[in-house]
Amino acid sequence: MKKYVGKRFLTAVPVLLMITIGAFIMINLAPGEPTDLYITPDATVQQVEATRRALGLDQPYPVQYIRWLGRAVTGDLGISFSTRYPVLPIIISRLGPTIVLMGTTLLFSYIVAIPLGIISARKQGTWVDTFLTGSAFVGVSIPNFFLGLGLIYIFAVQLNWFPTGGMQELGVDGSIFSVLRHLVLPVIVLSAFYIANMTRYMRATMIQVYGENYIRTATAKGLAQKVILTKHGIRNALIPVITIVGTDLPRLVGGAIVTEQIFQWPGLGRLTITAIQQRDLPILMAITILSAFVVLLANIFVDVMYAVVDPRIKYD
Amino acid sequence: MEETTVLEVKDLAISFQTFEGVVKAVRGVEFMLKKGETLAIVGESGSGKSVSTKAINRLLPEKNTLIERGEVLFEGQDLLKLSEKDMQGIRGNDIAMIFQDPMTSLNPTMTVGKQIAEPIIAHKNVSKEEAKEKALELMDLVGIHHPKKSYKNYPHQFSGGMRQRVMIAIALACEPKILIADEPTTALDVTIQAQILDLMNKLKDELDTSIIFITHDLGVVAQMADRVAVMYAGQIVEIGTADEIFYNPMHPYTWGLLASMPTLDVDQKNLYTIPGSPPNLLHPPVGDAFAARNDYALAIDFQQEPEVFKVTDTHYAKTWLLHPDAPDVTPPLKVVRRKEKYEALFSVKMYANSTGGGINGG
Repeated sequence: MKKYVGKRFLTAVPVLLMITIGAFIMINLAPGEPTDLYITPDATVQQVEATRRALGLDQPYPVQYIRWLGRAVTGDLGISFSTRYPVLPIIISRLGPTIVLMGTTLLFSYIVAIPLGIISARKQGTWVDTFLTGSAFVGVSIPNFFLGLGLIYIFAVQLNWFPTGGMQELGVDGSIFSVLRHLVLPVIVLSAFYIANMTRYMRATMIQVYGENYIRTATAKGLAQKVILTKHGIRNALIPVITIVGTDLPRLVGGAIVTEQIFQWPGLGRLTITAIQQRDLPILMAITILSAFVVLLANIFVDVMYAVVDPRIKYD
Repeated sequence: MEETTVLEVKDLAISFQTFEGVVKAVRGVEFMLKKGETLAIVGESGSGKSVSTKAINRLLPEKNTLIERGEVLFEGQDLLKLSEKDMQGIRGNDIAMIFQDPMTSLNPTMTVGKQIAEPIIAHKNVSKEEAKEKALELMDLVGIHHPKKSYKNYPHQFSGGMRQRVMIAIALACEPKILIADEPTTALDVTIQAQILDLMNKLKDELDTSIIFITHDLGVVAQMADRVAVMYAGQIVEIGTADEIFYNPMHPYTWGLLASMPTLDVDQKNLYTIPGSPPNLLHPPVGDAFAARNDYALAIDFQQEPEVFKVTDTHYAKTWLLHPDAPDVTPPLKVVRRKEKYEALFSVKMYANSTGGGINGG
């Protein structure tokens, strides 16, 4: 197993390299120039050229890439074009809020959705099931910006229960309580999709598992329904569910671009939007690599979890 | 053999609600099971043999199954009226089952040993260690090598035959009074099949369990059964001792089954098949359900369902041919030959006055 994980990490290196090349090409293919931001309408051609030279943009693309890569492997991700601050501290400062937001969302979603999916499956065809699958359908269909704005209007503007955005009150040292209050609305908005998605998945998987012959065997043994569910049902249903968790995990750092924007959440999602608008290449490269790395990490995690849950899967 | 009845099924009728309508899968099945005997239920796919026996252990999906009428009497109580909780105390404990497909009947994420110990923990008042001890004994009993090592193995590490042994160990874990085996060897190759059948016969004698053996393989019946019930279109059309069914069958459907059995002295090219296919039980036919496929059908077969006629104290058949007014017919040649053989055997048996276990073709 250790050897397998080690091998997976080694093969991740060339993949990451390919992703940086792809990302570099795509960012540079996008229309617009970083220098557009720094020049006034009356700037001379010489001034523009000087700015380009200062940012290293006068070099051919391959040279730019190699220079960037050479610094990146030493841990230096460059300097943000727009703020002139080093990229790494900026990313790290935005990473915390995003992990808090997405971690809470995913955890909350799974805690709610897995039991709901099981209930829905066990009550298949009853009004409970119809209600839950109907709600789940609404949950996956409703756009985040719509739900977000709706909740802000009702619970922040009208009722004044929760703040309209941000992560803590201005001018006050962020207490945990304050952060929690700010978390409620964005977590609800984001969870709507994850809960709905996981409920549907869990329901389908449980129905499939309960159609399996080994559940019939367990019933024929005279086991209580509770024992059949916990020892024979859930464990087997978890195997496909891990795949869904694996696809959700990269969101921990990828963040929620739209929702962070609506709620003014100081996370990576908002940083991404700003960086795109400002053509801030070093920031975009860093975010891309980080996301890619987490996707690869999540894949390895999922494969390891398969082996933990399913004894038929062994890696050597 | 003791003559106590352990199970009695009375006038059982079951239907399923489907998208197309109500399927009358079982239409008035009656039989009883004596202590220590093996009753084989034979019939083609869809004849209701599996459904009737699953109803005994209440394993049919509750949602779309309708028990229209009937009783399943076990130790004086009607199993069909028990609460789910009381039924859990009987399943696996008094009435256990083995299923057709050993490859999918075991939980892939639980060790084999735990799966065998599970019913013991559920039904007997024992500690986990005692249950494990008992499970190891069972594994040894059913012929699983190195029980201690195999205990911690998962089903995927076992072959089909070995998995079916595990299923048998699970079924026998609580020493049930009745074992229902639903085509336990159908999915296995022939040599493994023979081993499993031998094992079941051996264990039956050791534990004095009654067995209901469901199959469509008459060869297997000959090897296993004391008595045989032949099912067609949701009804038992003939029931009798194995000798009576094999050598003195009365129902034209049984004749058809026996005539279509390959034997060594028949050219395989001329193997008999019963014409047509079973009736659609969405709309069961009027009269005898077999009439349309029956070369010996009488006019009345198309109008009125036959009564059950008694042949001997142990032998009953549901065909108008046994009515006193029915014309004499000659069964197919193969069946006539069997009858002749039987009469020869019968006289030998009378002479030897053997212990009554029956002469089972083996």
